[in-house]
Amino acid sequence: MEKFSRLKSVVAPLDRSNVDTDAIIPKQFLKSIKRTGFGKNLFDAWRYLDPGEPGVDPEEREVNPDFVLNRKVYAKARILLSRENFGCGSSREHAPWALIDYGFKVIIAPSFADIFYNNSLKNGLLPIVLPATVVDEMFKAVFLKEGYEVLVDLNEKFVQTAENIKHRFEIDDFRRDCLLRGLDDIGLTLSHAEEIKRFESRQKSQQPWLYK
Amino acid sequence: MEGKTLYQKLWDSHVVRSESDGTALLYIDRHLIHEVTSPQAFEGLRLAGRKPWRTDSIVATADHNTPTLDWDKGIVDPISKLQVDTLDTNISAFGAKAYFPFRDERQGIVHVIGPENGATLPGMTVVCGDSHTSTHGAFACLAVGIGTSEVEHVLATQCLMQKKAKTFLIRVHGELQVNVSAKDIILAIIGQIGTAAGTGHAIEFAGTVIENLSMEGRMTICNMAIEAGARAGLIAVDEKTVNYLEGLPMSPKGADWVAAQNYWKSLRSDRDAVFDKVVEIDGGSIAPQVTWGTSPQMVSTVQGFTPDPKAENDPIAKQSVQAALEYMGLVPNTPITEISLDKVFIGSCTNSRIEDLREAAKIVKGKRVADTVKLAMVVPGSGLVKRQAEKEGLDLIFKQAGFAWREPGCSMCLAMNDDKLESGERCASTSNRNFEGRQGTGGRTHLVSPAMAAAAAVAGHFVDIRDQSLK
Repeated sequence: MEKFSRLKSVVAPLDRSNVDTDAIIPKQFLKSIKRTGFGKNLFDAWRYLDPGEPGVDPEEREVNPDFVLNRKVYAKARILLSRENFGCGSSREHAPWALIDYGFKVIIAPSFADIFYNNSLKNGLLPIVLPATVVDEMFKAVFLKEGYEVLVDLNEKFVQTAENIKHRFEIDDFRRDCLLRGLDDIGLTLSHAEEIKRFESRQKSQQPWLYK
Repeated sequence: MEGKTLYQKLWDSHVVRSESDGTALLYIDRHLIHEVTSPQAFEGLRLAGRKPWRTDSIVATADHNTPTLDWDKGIVDPISKLQVDTLDTNISAFGAKAYFPFRDERQGIVHVIGPENGATLPGMTVVCGDSHTSTHGAFACLAVGIGTSEVEHVLATQCLMQKKAKTFLIRVHGELQVNVSAKDIILAIIGQIGTAAGTGHAIEFAGTVIENLSMEGRMTICNMAIEAGARAGLIAVDEKTVNYLEGLPMSPKGADWVAAQNYWKSLRSDRDAVFDKVVEIDGGSIAPQVTWGTSPQMVSTVQGFTPDPKAENDPIAKQSVQAALEYMGLVPNTPITEISLDKVFIGSCTNSRIEDLREAAKIVKGKRVADTVKLAMVVPGSGLVKRQAEKEGLDLIFKQAGFAWREPGCSMCLAMNDDKLESGERCASTSNRNFEGRQGTGGRTHLVSPAMAAAAAVAGHFVDIRDQSLK
């Protein structure tokens, strides 16, 4: 997992609530057995006017000029701003993979669906929850000023706006530490292998049918 | 000291260790695997030189990509085929307690085959790389959907890192009206509380209405807990749970069966348990439900109308109603019963079990699918469901009415195989998500119960099935 600590970037506004994982990466692209290459089909049904199929060169697609991410000013945006319940629906990790592959590092929204939130953190994509009023202010600022930027500091847990206002956000210390250091969960859990084995032998004596 | 909720009991009995910030390592008893969310996890294991911790916790099947027609031809789409073949390869390389591959007689939707084989037992922790894993909570399991990184983590360590959820009790009391089913209950609940109300919570469903439901109905309810934002849905163990499990291939046997039953009886929330949130619902007031929009909370009773964005004061809500109506090709204030359908889909992990097919068959018996409906299809949840339905003659009832009778799988719930809506087509579907493009790019989905879908197929538009005589 790639480390993350601090990032200043243009904010791309996706002004919708309940952005679901089917919208983030439609099902026809889930057939891949790889973790990469999903970025070109991120928000496929919104981003292109022609129906998307796996294996088609994006250069040959018909781009939807009205979709916000297709505007030049957001070409280098690494921060996505959205509304309530971002990432709801399916557990597909292809959703954060697509967002990362496209180039996003941070998603800011008033709330996230649980599975998406977890999946993001495990891939080095930082989901930041800010109050709905703050998000609303940010949307207004983004629409008012082309190329509006914010600074995200994970170490100090704040988002600093262009007006130098700092909005603090919460994240588990454990998750923050993993992101800052780019740590792999599995290695960490396996360092507790003895405890897992002790659990198993206790459970096996109490509920033997679980082991038959 | 106050009593424990069912969630708390399941949690406590699976904590391997806890960190100071409340993150815990939970032991996982059952790992269900399918072809879409597992290839990258097995690949990760290989790259790190790791092996699965406990292969006898794994039950696997291929369901998302499999065709529902012409099984003798195999999987024609090469990309789908590669994914299914990759699962075959991974399971034969690493091993599993049970594997029901494509064309196996017990193959089916992962959330149907788990319970029907007794692979899902009360008191277990169950995970699967699929959000509808919440289904298994109907058996008083702590069952959660996970992403592919977590699939790899569970494979490698038999554990899942979790933060404890808050608890949410939804009590449905009273008695249901005739022809109102589990699907209507859960859609009505989501309509009332919204799709994000359960975020960060485990929802326990209780009350007389839930107690009176069959195990199939309870699975439908827990299945859609995720559509209310909750990663886990839960229902206490009772006699129905135990009766359902008795004699299933993977259920405990002999002395274990007696010991298991004793333990399972404790799997209910204590009387004095305190929940973080409680909602009471009058079951008797629930009418058949139909979603009109692009989120499961955009739902109406069958005698209702599509909403008018003008009536919304909140600008974000107004915009979302407007966008949903536009996508769905509907105008405000349209009676739900005037919405005509192009296709009807009866299937999915929400509603493809034997009871669902029985309810739908009761409605279509002796009738015909309307001429205006291009395709009405029934996709049983598993090979076992299919064979049971055929034994009861349900397949003939459907076929005589003009329904297509297909092979089991996820099918048009998410349209990863050839079963999909064309752009602009409108479908009455017993599945769980009406998101934009879910059943095919540009497709329009209305979520309903099996009986409502069956009646809509016959009429060509939605009808209030409380008006119909079933005789």
